[in-house]
Amino acid sequence: MTRIEVIRAGLLTTVQDRGRPGLAHLGVPPSGAADPVAYELGNRLVGNLPGAAALEATLDGPVLRFDRPTTVALTGATTPEVRTVEALEVGRCIGGARTYVAVRGGIDVAPVLGSRSTDLLTGLGPWPLRPGDVLQIGAATGSEPAALPGTVPGVGVPLEPVLRVRLGPRDDWFTARAVEALLSTPWRVSSSSNRVGIRLEGPPLERVRRDELLSEGLVTGALQVPASGQPILLLQDHPTTGGYPVIAVVHSDDIPLAGQLAPSMRVRFAIDG
Amino acid sequence: MSVVVRPAGDRGALLELPDNAAAARAARLLRTERSDLVDVVLGHTTVLVTWREGVEPADLAALVQGSGAPDSSPAGRPVEIPVAYDGPDLGEVAALAGISPEEVVARHTGAEHVAAFLGFQPGFAYLIGGDELLHVPRRDVPRTQVSGGTVAIAGPYSGVYPRDSPGGWRLLGSTTAVMFDPTREPPALLAPGDRVRFVAV
Repeated sequence: MTRIEVIRAGLLTTVQDRGRPGLAHLGVPPSGAADPVAYELGNRLVGNLPGAAALEATLDGPVLRFDRPTTVALTGATTPEVRTVEALEVGRCIGGARTYVAVRGGIDVAPVLGSRSTDLLTGLGPWPLRPGDVLQIGAATGSEPAALPGTVPGVGVPLEPVLRVRLGPRDDWFTARAVEALLSTPWRVSSSSNRVGIRLEGPPLERVRRDELLSEGLVTGALQVPASGQPILLLQDHPTTGGYPVIAVVHSDDIPLAGQLAPSMRVRFAIDG
Repeated sequence: MSVVVRPAGDRGALLELPDNAAAARAARLLRTERSDLVDVVLGHTTVLVTWREGVEPADLAALVQGSGAPDSSPAGRPVEIPVAYDGPDLGEVAALAGISPEEVVARHTGAEHVAAFLGFQPGFAYLIGGDELLHVPRRDVPRTQVSGGTVAIAGPYSGVYPRDSPGGWRLLGSTTAVMFDPTREPPALLAPGDRVRFVAV
């Protein structure tokens, strides 16, 4: 069985698959790849079954050594490619925040609640990679590796991406000016962003209500506004419930783009439809 | 029962119900009747539902509205949670409530709590129905680390931290009860509606 040795872990490299949807009522976050499109493409390129676990590198990728020549695909914030390698230096992310390393056979760590994903909020799943870790490769292969398509989606994000949103569920907790500011501001992505949420910097969004919201369920893509008025765009490791009002929710088709927002990038929001 | 539907993105909706019991009933109904939903997340007085495709939020509201009699809900299970009342905030809570630490313990163990909903961490149940004298505010500055098994209160809630995590509630004591174990079925010790008694040990 093929093994991978982690020579350098990179800034933050986690194992990700399709996550743990359907368990939110137990307090279990969805987790799973932050850019599902790039993750799924990687599995196709190496001929894995859908749902095989891959590595998600953040901003600066890992250095890996394989104990035999192994087919890998790089997708996401990089130039997509398929290679057969014995050593791999993933390097810095380009035009985004996350690069996926799909390995033919999939990463074989023990699943927790049906998923191999690392959940940074709750600690479910494997630890983020550390130097010296040895990962087993599984047998999650389906077809032969697919040919790299002529045009590959997700190669870098636009300079100032626009994410489509739908207002609510709690836009009525905010002033009309706040809603207008949400839609007209080029929001700056804070460096204290992670898989739980992307912190956005801009004009504080003012509320019309000062009372406390009773805790309610949250979705990936929600723009939650804490007391500071600075919105947080929730990603896959978000808590399942929260007591801050959600002013709007990013369209599901734009979640992969949200997962590629890197610190100091600017992002805009526009009403969907 | 009356329900207000609010949008939660293109694949989600937030249903607002009159109270926690109504929301819990709606969540049970939606989970049983609608296999096309991904998540059905109970909040204090809300139910958040998500789906992959082809769900009309108005249909969900109609299902909940048409469900009629509220007395069809099964009674929650009784659960006892043993607590060593040696938490660092016991004295502070007593001072805030204007009673002795012994009376804090007496009032906390004397009430029957009900698990309203789960959130914050896997297996963390927000317990309501506690003694109103113990409805103390959260700490101004949350602790960066609260140990798993810590029993705490804040506002109208009691709860047990399932694992080490940051936390802003007031800490009364600790329990050996395992609130969440991913290898157990079900993984969470408490489910909405369960009736919880804390027992001093």
